[in-house]
Amino acid sequence: MASLRDIKNRISSTKKTKQITKAMEMVSASKLNRAEQNAKSFNPYMDKIQEVVASIANGGGDVSHPMLNTRPVKKTGYLVITSDRGLAGAYNSSVLRKVYQKIQDTHSSKDEYTVIPMGRVGRDFFSKRDMPIEREITGVADQPAFADIKDVASEAVQLYTDGVIDELYIYYNHYVSAITQEVTETKLLPLTDISTEGKKLSSYEYEPDQDQILKSLLPQYAESLIFGALLDGKASEHAARMTAMKAATDNADDLIGDLTLSYNRARQASITQEITEIVGGAAALE
Amino acid sequence: MNTLTVSVVTPDGPVLEDSFEMVSCKAESGELGIMPGHIPLVAPLAISAVRLKGNKSSEMIAVSGGFVEVRSDKVTILAQSAETPSDIDPERARKAKERAERRKNSKQDDVDLVRAELALKRALNRLDLIEKS
Repeated sequence: MASLRDIKNRISSTKKTKQITKAMEMVSASKLNRAEQNAKSFNPYMDKIQEVVASIANGGGDVSHPMLNTRPVKKTGYLVITSDRGLAGAYNSSVLRKVYQKIQDTHSSKDEYTVIPMGRVGRDFFSKRDMPIEREITGVADQPAFADIKDVASEAVQLYTDGVIDELYIYYNHYVSAITQEVTETKLLPLTDISTEGKKLSSYEYEPDQDQILKSLLPQYAESLIFGALLDGKASEHAARMTAMKAATDNADDLIGDLTLSYNRARQASITQEITEIVGGAAALE
Repeated sequence: MNTLTVSVVTPDGPVLEDSFEMVSCKAESGELGIMPGHIPLVAPLAISAVRLKGNKSSEMIAVSGGFVEVRSDKVTILAQSAETPSDIDPERARKAKERAERRKNSKQDDVDLVRAELALKRALNRLDLIEKS
């Protein structure tokens, strides 16, 4: 049985751990709030751009743009959104597992795909497994502004335009609620399904013409899809970290309870032993 | 007097929403002036300043990577970045301008040149707007 002092040390170190996890939980909670707000303020832009793209793409007339057409796939790109830091529960592992599975299932050689990991955890995962990394992105802010990732997003889109990759998938954790995040796979390019559900399409005049507009609008649309996924992923990251830290704090509480109980038992046992010794000693003198 | 509801939205959130009498902006194919009752229109915007004329006041906004979507009484400007003069950091714009000029003159491959030119345009656009306001 552990000595009294050992138990005391463990209690105090668990208490310190608990303080840290508690603080991290609260930090994540406030970051989650901000991330939710960011995602919310991004929505009007996304809705509008989607509406315009949909009304051009589905508005009749023969519109053609490389980004709308499916072409034979020689190489697939995977954009994977992970976090820079760990301690976020299953946030990274679930998304990485899914991508890894998908790559193992669909590709037989390394020439057939390339990965664009976002976040240090993802980069380490793929480089450790010796998978081809086209470009890596680390150090994205907790509350990213569009300007921060514009270059990255347009580079990813550029890879498709240049024909380096023939399709682009994006993997991220979709934020459902503070306790649920869903790994989501979206085919970003080519843009085959532009949803028009529930939206009223209006017919526009195009200045100068539809093709010209698509040429500048579609890359922007794809970039904003990437940004949207990143915002969604960030919200999930903070939510996952908050939940993980809450669980850690609760566990620390349980552990402290158990330890306190055994500390008290050990203390009681040593008192009892001392009394027995004194009583035994006194009895021996009589 | 008829007015237009103008909203300017960017990926980072709405920048402005108000009623104005006229919007004048520079599309890639030329200058556009939009007044209430315009036919529905979509046009890409050049990296430029958009002028919003209101009853008493008028606003200037520097946009880049933008679109204008027009309905009869509503104008939406979608831009990757949009700033009012008070939002612009002159120091940062000036530095961006110098950086872009250096990159442009260093003569590397084509892609960098195109990007440097765009960056230069954006910086000049911002600086212009500060001067005018």
